[in-house]
Amino acid sequence: MAKKLMKGCEAIGEAAIKAGCKLFFGYPITPQNEIPEYMAHRLPQVGGTFVQAESEVAASNMIYGAAGSGERVFTSSSSPGISLMQEGISYIAGSELPVVIVNIMRAGPGLGGILPSQSDYFQATKGGGHGDYRLLVLAPWSVQEAADLMQDAFDLADYYRNPVMVLGDGLIGQMMEPVEFKAERTPCKPLPPKAWVATGCSGDRPTNIINSLFLDPEVLERHNQKLKAKYDLMVRDEVRCASYGTDRPYEVLVVAYGTVARVCSTALDDLREDGVGAALFRPITLFPFPYAELRAAAENARAVLVVELSTGQMIEDVRLALEGSRPIHFLGRQGGMLISPEAVSERVSAISAGLPEEVRHG
Amino acid sequence: MAETVVFARPQALAPVPTHYCPGCTHGVIHRLVAEVVDELGLAHRTVGIAPVGCSVLAYNYFSTDFQEAAHGRAPAVATGVKRARPDLIVFAYQGDGDLASIGMAEIVHCANRGEKITVVFVNNAIYGMTGGQMAPTTLPGQVTTTCPLGRDVSQVGYPIRVAELLATLRTPAFVARAAVHTPLHAVTAKEMLRRAFRYQAEGTCFSLVEVLSTCPTNWGMPPVEATEWVEKNMVPYYPLGVFKTPDGLDRAPRPAPATEG
Amino acid sequence: MQNDLIIAGFGGQGVLLIGKMLAYAGMADGKEVSWLPSYGPEMRGGTCNCTVVIADRPVGSPVVERPRVAMVMNLPSLEKYEGMVKPGGLLLVNTSLISRDVQRSDLRVVKVPANEIANRLGNPRAANMVALGAYLGATRAVSLAAVEGLVRETFAGKAKVIDSNLAALQEGYALGEREAADGKAVSQEVGA
Ligand SMILES: Cc1ncc(C[n+]2csc(CCOP(=O)(O)OP(=O)(O)O)c2C)c(N)n1
Ligand code: SF4
Ligand SMILES: [Mg+2]
Repeated sequence: MAKKLMKGCEAIGEAAIKAGCKLFFGYPITPQNEIPEYMAHRLPQVGGTFVQAESEVAASNMIYGAAGSGERVFTSSSSPGISLMQEGISYIAGSELPVVIVNIMRAGPGLGGILPSQSDYFQATKGGGHGDYRLLVLAPWSVQEAADLMQDAFDLADYYRNPVMVLGDGLIGQMMEPVEFKAERTPCKPLPPKAWVATGCSGDRPTNIINSLFLDPEVLERHNQKLKAKYDLMVRDEVRCASYGTDRPYEVLVVAYGTVARVCSTALDDLREDGVGAALFRPITLFPFPYAELRAAAENARAVLVVELSTGQMIEDVRLALEGSRPIHFLGRQGGMLISPEAVSERVSAISAGLPEEVRHG
Repeated sequence: MAETVVFARPQALAPVPTHYCPGCTHGVIHRLVAEVVDELGLAHRTVGIAPVGCSVLAYNYFSTDFQEAAHGRAPAVATGVKRARPDLIVFAYQGDGDLASIGMAEIVHCANRGEKITVVFVNNAIYGMTGGQMAPTTLPGQVTTTCPLGRDVSQVGYPIRVAELLATLRTPAFVARAAVHTPLHAVTAKEMLRRAFRYQAEGTCFSLVEVLSTCPTNWGMPPVEATEWVEKNMVPYYPLGVFKTPDGLDRAPRPAPATEG
Repeated sequence: MQNDLIIAGFGGQGVLLIGKMLAYAGMADGKEVSWLPSYGPEMRGGTCNCTVVIADRPVGSPVVERPRVAMVMNLPSLEKYEGMVKPGGLLLVNTSLISRDVQRSDLRVVKVPANEIANRLGNPRAANMVALGAYLGATRAVSLAAVEGLVRETFAGKAKVIDSNLAALQEGYALGEREAADGKAVSQEVGA
């Protein structure tokens, strides 16, 4: 199919449709309004259904209901709305339902602002709602990758019967780039039939109950361990990451995800011209986090620089990965302020010139 | 000759320009609220609760203390303030998405508990701040970005008449609907707001005034046309008047029209 | 090779539209592109801008802090972006709405009386097209033909609007080309 210039939000919506998703429930919030707006316009054209929920709490429970019937479904929101969705997400994880949730992050906490941010990393990767569960989290760095990961997200959700989150920032949502959808796409996972759906029982099988209540602690513990085994499988099989410039010698390894990694890639090009050796490591899955891959990449570097649009969240996973083996520096902006390639270059140059390491705690 | 001031900014209104679009009546409603607060001598003990919507910055435009609430939760925040300090005058200022969509539970329970607060409910039949999505108050057939073919009542139901809905609660309250698209309407709106704040000041009851408002930007029309749109389309669906008083008199002066346009 | 520019002005001056047209045209020319708008709440806003990157290889940062080119359509935009353009870069100034001179001496400046030209052509709303034309004339970042095609598509069905926008585009182009030939403006890769 020919390339089309699309806004990130629109590409995400179209990708969902291409993945066979005909249901969207959501509530307006900047900077992702174009997703519900696109779905409101597109879904009726393909025989699908769009519902503007009365709130994000309701939206998260609408996707719970729809997923329990076995249909592909997604919702999208931005940070404050994702906070409200945590109820539904926790129940969905507990009930082992496949859904896709898009978070186009903006700056917080509280009402915060509407400009790009990466300050929901903890919320996305470390639980978010109550209980012992994980989301599989995918972080695109371009509009094309957002479209690709969005389609994979549905397969991964179905395969693991687990919520999958596509985590972008306001830039991914708002920018336009060329996108190409493959005419024939094969699912990235085998898709077992959904025998567990609650769609009516004629007596030929036990009734299917979609549920996260287990009053017997022994039964709940078994359930928790079953979920854990699933997350362990994700850790074993689903790690995705990319690197840039690691084919040449480098002194400093920059670690960043999403659009920030794009900014860093330009900085690295500039640095190469100036003769400074630096490379980029980019986690694409934030859970499961590419600990081993990062550790290996860092072994060729003298120091590591983590760049985030937050006061430092992913850096905690970087520290876990490196276990003190390399000094870790941090460059962050907050509140919707962006990081420029120049700021990254400057910091990398300073580190390569011997800037004392910045040890951060927590 | 002594100077007589015939027109001045109310004390309760901050001396700053607002960010509202040309022809938006949020500003008019701010002014009426401020005048009432001034005239009743309440400014020094008034706390406003700002919503999430175009009036999110209301705290910059009133010269009273304010708390900013999460989307839809202003009545809950107001409840907290009022229960902590019953001597304060607490008013929540909310849009239709804020109050009638995400915040429907909070407003119904706040009214039902009979919290002695005042709610200024600004109904412009759309989500203004986020760029023109459908609100629970969007009129049948009205085009918005999330109902691009017009509101289809067979799919999303009819617009919610908030004043009428709250008037069905048994707990005593003052509930009225007003408009500000002509000076004459604004005079009546101010009267309604005065009654609402007075009931609170006297410790009588919960009070809410729904005010029909314009959004020329997202309705996609010039300001003058927008005021005509209020008269032609909103007033027939959202009749003006008092729907409930604490003494039970003065109820529903005009029944809602039977046709759902 | 990379062309990047920031286009800035009031909301309503059509700066997002011409940015998008550039991105579309770049894509039609087989280049890699990205278009990044400023965004805000719906209420009356001040300035509005977009960043366009057109490159021969995948676009790195869609965020450009030091653009090679800035097109400023009003005074607040000149105030904001004059200091950011890369040394040796290009500044297109809408002199219809900006009376002050550019202060930096290390930039190439193309003065475009965009509103005056648009008014003269009978379509005051086409000032953005004049400026876009001037940019193309001065840099040849994408082909004029590609943009002309987009104008026809964007305003399809409105023959008069198409004609006046095309005229605006072409007049701007000639102006940009003239300035470039005078040596005041630039080759394709400005200050790269
Ligand atoms: C939890 C949450 N969801 C969504 C939003 C985004 N949001 C901001 S304002 C708004 C709608 C405002 O509409 P309305 O209440 O009608 O006020 P208006 O702007 O029309 O005055 C929405 C959905 C948010 N800030 N927080
Ligand atoms: S968007 Fe609508 S409600 Fe908001 S300030 Fe503008 S006119 Fe008023
Ligand atoms: Mg509204």
